[in-house]
Amino acid sequence: MAPVTERSVMLERDAQLEEKNLFQKLKDTCQAASFLAPFLIMIILFFAVPVILTAVLAFSGMDFKLQWNFVGLDNFIRILKDPVIPQVAANTLVYVVFTCIINVGFGFLLAVMTAYFIKNESVGLFFRTLWLLPRMTPSVVYALLWIWFLEPTENGMLNIIFKSLFDMQPHNWIQDNPMKVIIFANGMIGASFGMIVFSAAIKSIPEDYFRAAMVDGANDFQIIKNIIIPFLKWPIMFATIWQTLSLLTSYEYILLLTDGGPLFDSEVLSLFAYHKAFANFEFGYGAASAMVLVIIGALITLLMLKLFGYERMMNPSKLGN
Amino acid sequence: MGLIQKDRLETIIPRVMVYVVLVIVSLPLFIAYGWLFLNSLSDGAFGGIIPNKFTLQNWRFLWSEVRIGTTAFQSIWPITWNTFVLAAGITVIEILIAALSGFALSRMKFAGKDLIMKLTIFLHAFPGVALLIALYIVLQKLNLLDKLLGVILVKVALELPMATWMMKGFFDGIPWDIEWASYIDGCNRLQTWWKIIIPQLKPGIAAVAIFAFMSGWSEFIYAFTFIYSPENYTLAIYLKNLIGDFKMLDYGLLCAAGLFYMIPTILFFIFSQKSLMKVSFGGVKGPN
Repeated sequence: MAPVTERSVMLERDAQLEEKNLFQKLKDTCQAASFLAPFLIMIILFFAVPVILTAVLAFSGMDFKLQWNFVGLDNFIRILKDPVIPQVAANTLVYVVFTCIINVGFGFLLAVMTAYFIKNESVGLFFRTLWLLPRMTPSVVYALLWIWFLEPTENGMLNIIFKSLFDMQPHNWIQDNPMKVIIFANGMIGASFGMIVFSAAIKSIPEDYFRAAMVDGANDFQIIKNIIIPFLKWPIMFATIWQTLSLLTSYEYILLLTDGGPLFDSEVLSLFAYHKAFANFEFGYGAASAMVLVIIGALITLLMLKLFGYERMMNPSKLGN
Repeated sequence: MGLIQKDRLETIIPRVMVYVVLVIVSLPLFIAYGWLFLNSLSDGAFGGIIPNKFTLQNWRFLWSEVRIGTTAFQSIWPITWNTFVLAAGITVIEILIAALSGFALSRMKFAGKDLIMKLTIFLHAFPGVALLIALYIVLQKLNLLDKLLGVILVKVALELPMATWMMKGFFDGIPWDIEWASYIDGCNRLQTWWKIIIPQLKPGIAAVAIFAFMSGWSEFIYAFTFIYSPENYTLAIYLKNLIGDFKMLDYGLLCAAGLFYMIPTILFFIFSQKSLMKVSFGGVKGPN
């Protein structure tokens, strides 16, 4: 029998403690699991399952009968051969790039104007709230405002303006410029995102920088160029990627304003997938098109996480510091 | 003396210009929403901009049925009730689930916590709309298609990651001592959560709730895709159909209906101007 040393007693006690710890850990995890259960069930049902389902559906020829009949890569080959796909892809690119420029560029302008130039806090707040209005307005009402603004008869707002300025005949704006319409309509909504992120970031720049610049005799333009923009490098990057991601997959306002038309003139990839599934009831083909978006979406999300880190993702206005 | 004046002029001119530019770029917003209001109360000819005669005729959908040709639109009140049920359902379920999971993530130690936190953020950024087709199949299998509950659950799931994250932040701000005192008094974790912690968080929860309600009230794409029986319509679908039939015909009616739909939004703006900008980032994940 081994002599009872101080050390062996300690070891035994450690082992007991560890056992207790393990038990405690198990208990803690069970308790946490019960608190997290509803959350996890929802995430599994409406995120995990749909992702897998999209992937499986993409290889099936499911139609309105909702039957699974697997067709291998047919759907993807069909996407590559579909004669409207080149136009849809080009539309998607134009839509995302130009809307993003408006979102970030105009959002930046609004932020600089309301958070830097206007020193009166409540005036700045008033304008920022005003620009939040399109985002908070139910999308159907927002679309109604555009439909009236661009109305093709001589009663449409834009037609009235153009008639009084240039004596122009009424134009069917939505019919003739569908891409411009959806870009502007989405741009005005997205601008508030950039505006909020950027103005919070501008507010968080230490006042000393501005004072030092003033003492050195810098003018507003130099201050924007040499202080504000360098400070806002990360927020600007964040807003750009975030908007690219959401623009790629959002089609609500396009659906309401042009519905992708006339013909396929303003059809983007996300709306294409929607139409295939819910207008033509080709669920398989629609899912294959959506799959492309899901993959792009997952990649961009991962890229964002890598670039900005987990904590900062939720509070992008502090990215600069 | 002259030098100082020139200096002041140089700083004042850009500032005045900024005001002018800001007002000009914001003008379309004033006009658009002003027109929405004025047109709903005026007997204007078609889409004309200048309001004509005062009338309440455009609001007729509130007390009588709206007709176009021989087809009649259903009464707006059951549809308003549906919209309310949708928004309130989303709010209640989302808050309950997020408060539980936020508490676990903030206060408990357990295996896989880090993974769940990362997952939360990944899902917040991930675009749920891309899954619409698969969600349709999921709802169909769960027998929740064409039911308000189906749309409620989908919306809750999409907003949960953000709500959980915000809740976790609120819980992080509550000192441990309060919780310890409750354990010493013999409460278990669920009791502590319900009786001690949640009452401390009323303002935070209210903010999350208001945003959840607003987004549920305005919800269009999921309701439009997953609901097809007229008795389950929400205001968004109703108005979309109304626009389809009445555009270029009767903007007064459309404006009144749109304004009616916007009442919660307007109230929200009036009452939360100040706090709006502080919390708005949480609610900012709109369609884009």
